[in-house]
Amino acid sequence: MVTYHRPVALEDALAIRAERPVLVLAGGTDVYPAKAARAGWGDMRHADILDISAVPGLRGIAAEAGAWRIGALTTWSDVIRAELPAQFDGLKLAAREIGGVQIQNRGTLAGNICTASPAGDGAPNLLALDASIELTTRRGRRIVPMADFIDGYRHTQCRPDEIVTAILVPKCSSATRGHFLKLGARKYLVISIVMVAGVIEVDPQNRIAAARLAVGSCSAVPQRLHALEAALVAQPSLTAADLVRPSHFAQLTPINDIRGSAPYRRAAALALTRDLLRELAADKRRRAA
Amino acid sequence: MSGVEDALAPGAPAVHAGVADNVLTRGNLRCGDVGTGHASAAATAEGHFETAFVEHAYIEPEAGYAMPVGEGPDRIEVMACTQAPYMDREETARVLGVDPSRVRIRPTACGGGFGGKLDVSIQPLLAVAAWVTRRPVRIVYTRTESMTSTTKRHPARIWAKSSADARGRLAAFEMRADFNTGAYASWGPTVANRVPVHGMGPYKVPNARVHTRAVYTNDTPAGAFRGFGVPQAAIAHETLMDDLAERLGLDRWAIRRLNALDHGDITPSGQVLTHSAGLPKCLDALKPDWDAALARVARHNADAPRRRRGVGVACMWYGCGNTGLPNPSIMRITLGRDGTLTFFNGAVDIGQGSSTVLLQIAADALGLPPQAFRMVVGDTDLTADAGKTSASRQTFVSGNAARLAAEDLRRKILALANAGPHAKLALDGPRLTIADGDASRAIDLATLPASAANANPVLSLSKHGLADTNALRRAQGGGECAARVSCDSGEAVVLEGVGRWDPPTTPLDANGQGVPYATYGFAAQMAQVEVDTVLGTTKVIEIVAAHDVGRAINPTLVEGQIHGGIAQGLGMALMEEFIPGRTENLHDYLIPTAGDMPAIKTYLIEDAEPEGPFGAKGVGEPALIATAPAILSAIRHATGVRVTRVPVLPHRLWEALKQRGTA
Repeated sequence: MVTYHRPVALEDALAIRAERPVLVLAGGTDVYPAKAARAGWGDMRHADILDISAVPGLRGIAAEAGAWRIGALTTWSDVIRAELPAQFDGLKLAAREIGGVQIQNRGTLAGNICTASPAGDGAPNLLALDASIELTTRRGRRIVPMADFIDGYRHTQCRPDEIVTAILVPKCSSATRGHFLKLGARKYLVISIVMVAGVIEVDPQNRIAAARLAVGSCSAVPQRLHALEAALVAQPSLTAADLVRPSHFAQLTPINDIRGSAPYRRAAALALTRDLLRELAADKRRRAA
Repeated sequence: MSGVEDALAPGAPAVHAGVADNVLTRGNLRCGDVGTGHASAAATAEGHFETAFVEHAYIEPEAGYAMPVGEGPDRIEVMACTQAPYMDREETARVLGVDPSRVRIRPTACGGGFGGKLDVSIQPLLAVAAWVTRRPVRIVYTRTESMTSTTKRHPARIWAKSSADARGRLAAFEMRADFNTGAYASWGPTVANRVPVHGMGPYKVPNARVHTRAVYTNDTPAGAFRGFGVPQAAIAHETLMDDLAERLGLDRWAIRRLNALDHGDITPSGQVLTHSAGLPKCLDALKPDWDAALARVARHNADAPRRRRGVGVACMWYGCGNTGLPNPSIMRITLGRDGTLTFFNGAVDIGQGSSTVLLQIAADALGLPPQAFRMVVGDTDLTADAGKTSASRQTFVSGNAARLAAEDLRRKILALANAGPHAKLALDGPRLTIADGDASRAIDLATLPASAANANPVLSLSKHGLADTNALRRAQGGGECAARVSCDSGEAVVLEGVGRWDPPTTPLDANGQGVPYATYGFAAQMAQVEVDTVLGTTKVIEIVAAHDVGRAINPTLVEGQIHGGIAQGLGMALMEEFIPGRTENLHDYLIPTAGDMPAIKTYLIEDAEPEGPFGAKGVGEPALIATAPAILSAIRHATGVRVTRVPVLPHRLWEALKQRGTA
């Protein structure tokens, strides 16, 4: 029999997590389909569940000193509805494209990165936002940079006794904007073939002051485009797209699968990155006008 | 062995002992002399085409329950989703090892089937479990279980060659098509036999040769799916029409209009189309949209190097009913002593709306309003065999049976009143009024003697060849059934009408010659797309669909069929590819969402079919067939890429664009 824990206090949840192997469930939108898929082939194995959805204090987005705190039970719908600065525009776009409204109402941003699918839409955005992950045990807390948190194919640094309690996003200047482009074989409810997230800060002369770009679905773990980011600094945003080169994507290791071929993914990552920079520049110009 | 190449390779192991070459069925059509035809032509085009497994993805996964009845148990009742209750009864009885009279099948309300519920799925499982446990048993498939265990559309490997004279008139057409039927026959023979008739498209072709094979492999079983192989074949014949137009410098619409089958034409099966043949009208209806779209697209493309637009057109035809085989339907309408008017309709409404359409037909033919009827639908104990809900046949075939049943009852009513054929009927409780001109007569139904149908409710049906299941059951001691039947028929039946109709066809000979169908649905569809030539993505902007349905009994339902067919055709063209063991869910297997659907404009062409009820023909499968080739034609117009494999996933189109040097 599966044991289903649903504690109503964080200490209880952490105690259960420390004492036995459990699968942490927040919204259930990854846990349930995976179980149904296994059962469809006659594999009835199931892990004990630690449902943290009744733990108080984990839901919502709050502005703290220097950073935004996104609680672990914050749903995609919460992200869409929250009053957030433009640095979160990309994350909001991702939130709108994840599943349908029912999924957005249940699925959590923290759950998305804990599943750590290469095609997860949350991770590239959190990389571009330079986020960190707050992990809690009975003994205390530690903060892991997003760039380190997902450390392999569907694998994270979250230890068996830890629970992700929050995602921390450093505050940026008001001249910072986020954007996100997702490529799928259909319009809605689609797993990304390739996705690109970007957060760009511009100076008063409309030159790029800081850029963080990340690509998903093109490697086991979403990748920052550090070389491109460096090349963009101090360049005019209007022509930034022209600076994008194939060599900027050298670290990607796309695979051939049912959604796309490896060469296609590589080419699409480049095309989407150019599109993203163009659209950010055009958006900036539109807002200025 | 995966795929037909493996299974047909020399020395390939036999999937089934006794079928050494793994060929389940061969289909053939031969008319004229294709060699002479090709040799005389001004232009020839040929190509290889490939389609994928496609999942039906009906909204309702298989679900149902079974109840044992009586000690023993005496009988099993199965309530489940199906498109073919009488076939389910036979197969379930065979699995149980009992007489079919001991199995009752009751279809559940609509949930979509598209051919995927033409084979049994859960019915025998439920019956065996209820039989063994002597308890009610239920089952609901998860989506994964449904996709894993049920049939798919046959993947096709097609070679085709087409020739035309300098004016564009088709001179010869050849096709060889292999369909991967998986490890089981299912509806492979139906596909192999239907495709030769339709393989060249709805065109005048003096010389034609089509060979088909349904091939056993170790893949997922392929079965019935909206169109029975014709959608796959349409991709080939329509691409070749575009090839010929290109080679001859003709407009793509014009070459189709020139060749379109018309009244009086002879099909490659040797059938004279004496009546309903509305393809020219369909194409004419599209022409203003075609011209406007070509101009609009040219304007757009003048200034859009990346997002190229294109327009495509495709035609289809589809025979209503089984291919050269009997497929009768029997309908019954009773009038009870208390005035209860009951329509016993064995046609499964799987969501397409047959219960509405057949009721409309019965009501019009009888002369009483639809709301006067009580419906008993698709219950093997209570309704006669209406045949399968497949082959676009229920409006056409069961529609005629419903019409005949209503006419039979009307004749009996009019005879009671000695009234003329134009008399008006009104029913108010047991009071039936028959007004004929100035004369009017009221009949109190309660005073009429009970009909012979009460003593044996299906006696009159047996005259029409229906097995007398109720009598069988009574003989086996199922005493309560007779009471239930009479109760379900109203208090006591005083009058009944029965109609049986089987489309007039002849079996096909070895060369595929004969009259395989009593009538054909025709359509022309136009697609407008926008292709992102950098990313290889395709957005369908608009579909204009002109369908000759003979007579639209219920225009809203006809449009519903066309919209749904277009959605499935769009999916087949752009995204649907079932990969066994990999895509048994609806996030890896993609079907179109609302966001992928274009604006749809429909033209209902009514070229009346005298054989059809009130002139009607079927539209269920015709709705789908032209969509994928129209989209491929539009992609080619937009990009120059001649697509020969579906689905056109973005990476495949990107690959092709790169080869052309346009990506």
